Amino acid sequence: MSLLRKPWIWSFVAAGLVWFVTIMATGGASTIGLTQATLTFAAFSVIVGTGQMFVITLGPGNIDLAVPANMTLAGTVALKYMDTQDALILPGLGIAIGIGIGVGFVNYALIKALRIPPIIATLAMSFIIQSAAIATNRGLRIKPPDAMADFTTGLTLGIPNVALVALGITAIAWVLLMRATYGRQISAIGQSLPAARMAGLPVDGLRLATYVLCATLAAVCGFLLACFSGGAALNMGAEYLLMSIAVVIIGGTAVAGGDSNVPGIWGASLFMFLVVSMLNTYGFGAGVRLILTGLIIISVILLASGRQGATR
Amino acid sequence: MRWRPSPEALRLALPVMALAALLVSVFVMRPNVMGYNGLHLLFKLGIPIALATLAQMVIMSVNDLDLSMGSFVSFVACVTATWLVDAPLIGALMLAGAIAVYAALGMVIAARGLPSIVVTLGMSFVWAGLAVLVLPTPGGTAPGWVAAVMGARPALMPVGIAGSILIAVLAHLLIMRSSFGVLIRGVGGNERSVSRAGWSVLLARGAAYATAATFAVASGITLVGLMTSADANIALRYTLLSIAGVILGGGEFTGGRVSAIGAVVGALTLLLAGSFLTFLNVPPDWQIGAQGMILILILALRLLLVRLERRGARA
Repeated sequence: MSLLRKPWIWSFVAAGLVWFVTIMATGGASTIGLTQATLTFAAFSVIVGTGQMFVITLGPGNIDLAVPANMTLAGTVALKYMDTQDALILPGLGIAIGIGIGVGFVNYALIKALRIPPIIATLAMSFIIQSAAIATNRGLRIKPPDAMADFTTGLTLGIPNVALVALGITAIAWVLLMRATYGRQISAIGQSLPAARMAGLPVDGLRLATYVLCATLAAVCGFLLACFSGGAALNMGAEYLLMSIAVVIIGGTAVAGGDSNVPGIWGASLFMFLVVSMLNTYGFGAGVRLILTGLIIISVILLASGRQGATR
Repeated sequence: MRWRPSPEALRLALPVMALAALLVSVFVMRPNVMGYNGLHLLFKLGIPIALATLAQMVIMSVNDLDLSMGSFVSFVACVTATWLVDAPLIGALMLAGAIAVYAALGMVIAARGLPSIVVTLGMSFVWAGLAVLVLPTPGGTAPGWVAAVMGARPALMPVGIAGSILIAVLAHLLIMRSSFGVLIRGVGGNERSVSRAGWSVLLARGAAYATAATFAVASGITLVGLMTSADANIALRYTLLSIAGVILGGGEFTGGRVSAIGAVVGALTLLLAGSFLTFLNVPPDWQIGAQGMILILILALRLLLVRLERRGARA
């Protein structure tokens, strides 16, 4: 069966299983509520995860650790600018995207001009962005414009709006990665940078575009998350550092780069949120919940590696 | 023949110069730091940070990366502040078990060819959860002997500096001068040639992870000795701090190219950068950002130095 050979199918299977087990605990009472909550929270992981996936595709060592700080800064600055006025929503989104583009540019400038490994470059950058966010925020929690708050917490045809936004983004990302020249080119870079360079690909331009794309998606996600949660908080991006990496890897993207897939990010994001809510439903404490989350991540990786070994 | 410094010495020169420059700036701004007590306070946290950085360095020498370092050190700190005080034997067994888990992780990573980043990412959740289970609310006490060692006041220099030097020398002998060190750096350099030469890459990776865990356990214990209590988040920032320290000290992510003395110097530089910024009256909002800029500045200088090194090699 060709479907079973897709690397992303397993994250969906796992998510479905956990969903079923959680529903069982409540006797099916919370099916719709759980599904909608899962789609909403998974959507945020999907958006940052998609950006991280493009960066990871570039090959070993490529990673963006500035994602959480970037989300916080974009959310903070945009909400401060919009100042709860509906009329300023579009410029506010524009500011968030502008921050993302700027951060992406500086990230790659550090990597390229100073030859700093991406982990350290984006880490140093995230310190600077975090400071900028603290300086702008000053502990104030500004509410989002009503229209944005309604949109991010609302439903369309029973599906959360943010999930629809994430779906749109992933659809574009899939076309970009699998069908567009750009995606094929960054996969080629991930498989072999020297070979891609020999083949005459504009390696630096492509890598720059990828870091900018990742930072922009993180900024958009920060904007949406700040509106969804009723204001930007300084630690709002924190959990997305590990999450953005985890959903990419669990989704079946090769850590070594050059072989990525978009659907798996959805499966993995749903799975990660469902695991937490399942453990909550069964009344586990914070400690046990963390331990089980970790063990599940490791088991998924072990299973995935066994699968690759079998087909090779 | 004119004497030319070896590439290793040149690599080490930059972190040492950065540390010296920071130290001199601190002295100029606050001359009263220049005594025994001032230095004691300045380098108080040096030992645990240096040990965590060395642990990360051992992992990086086999081309891996440990994203769970911070939560592992926090876990060790929680065990130290509770079990190691109340029931030393059980506490010691728990820590030994944790080291065994690290060794097993190293072997699993080697056997299945897993990405260390993801495995340690998962483990960071596990250690964090265990830390919460061991010590649900901040508290605990430091075992008497640890507090006594960390609170010692040696005659010549403060314990933070003396301890860091001792640790650096021991780690240098272990990683750079022993055959074990050559083996694990060989795994980082060229895994295949190590296995062709008849060594087991599996065991070498396991041993490297166990060594790293031993350093990390020492980091957690000494940290509790200084703080006299623990909590589950006490060392979370050590993950990124330790990676930055290794790189700052001249280490590389791949190729088994690391330096033990460099790592300790890098860790102390990052530690000192914090105090330096406080003395500079950098507003608290911008302290983290200024640390990021210092990191970028030092790495930019290193690029310059590497260029000079290459030019020297060509000449």
